Amino acid sequence: MKLMINGNETVLQGDLTVTGLLQSLQIEPARVAVEVNMTIVKRCDFQSHALKDGDNVEIVNFVGGG
Amino acid sequence: MDDKLVIRGIEFRSRLWVGTGKYKDFEETARAIEASGADVVTVAVRRTNIFDNRSENLLDYIDPKRYKILPNTAGCYTMEDALRYARLARETGVSDLIKLEVIGDEKTLFPDACATLKATEILAKEGFIVLPYINDDPVMALRLVDAGAAAVMPLAAPIGSGLGIRNPYNIKIILEQARVPIVVDAGVGTASDVALAMELGCDAVLLNTAIAGAKDPIAMAEAMKYGVMAGRMAYKAGRIARKLYATASSPIEGML
Repeated sequence: MKLMINGNETVLQGDLTVTGLLQSLQIEPARVAVEVNMTIVKRCDFQSHALKDGDNVEIVNFVGGG
Repeated sequence: MDDKLVIRGIEFRSRLWVGTGKYKDFEETARAIEASGADVVTVAVRRTNIFDNRSENLLDYIDPKRYKILPNTAGCYTMEDALRYARLARETGVSDLIKLEVIGDEKTLFPDACATLKATEILAKEGFIVLPYINDDPVMALRLVDAGAAAVMPLAAPIGSGLGIRNPYNIKIILEQARVPIVVDAGVGTASDVALAMELGCDAVLLNTAIAGAKDPIAMAEAMKYGVMAGRMAYKAGRIARKLYATASSPIEGML
């Protein structure tokens, strides 16, 4: 499955949910927000939201800013 | 002394709010914030580094249980982008507060008033506690309050400029008219600028570069803490009126 993750084209094997994707990227789900195809995926839906080939995924967190 | 700032039921123990940008590292950020005594810290929303998952997270250093996290929409030039960033920020689950910035000009980083107003209205309806960044424009401040802003944040001067309050008279007019707390945001350079904002009667001051860019950020953070305290105390104490001519402090009576 080909995904665009934070602007990077990434090929991943098998079926993946948002939770699965974060696990494979070793990203702590509690600290991020996720958007798939410009729509926010609520944290409670991370486990059920299945990703599809061609999905555009954005994973964000807080950084220093003023 | 009970002199707490309250915005939409949220109590703030400090009237100094600080940003977390431009520091050398997270450790310096944490030390400066500690020294400033601030309990509100602003943060930005950006892409997670998906290639280096061991990179440290700002929130490992700034505990959301201890500090109120105020996410911003910095870098957004359209209403749509600002809404997107605000919604993502809220989704992280640490805060309903949003420091709304919609920038209208790259060189000055002045806000786009029309886009800020529209975004304020939409986000307020979605339940955000919207704190919009605006120019020192009294009419705009009123419009934003009507649109649902919980507080209004007029700039002192352009972001990062360190020029201090360029138009104290406009800030004063905003303070007289607005029915919400006023937080001076952006452009202050040093402790006296902060003190002036508080002496005018502002409810709080938000700054970043003035601390992060100082030679000794930790010492400047502490200076800002006292600047806010001194300014607030002077405001509450009620300053004397300005007069053109002298009035002697020592009595005439009893002179030889």
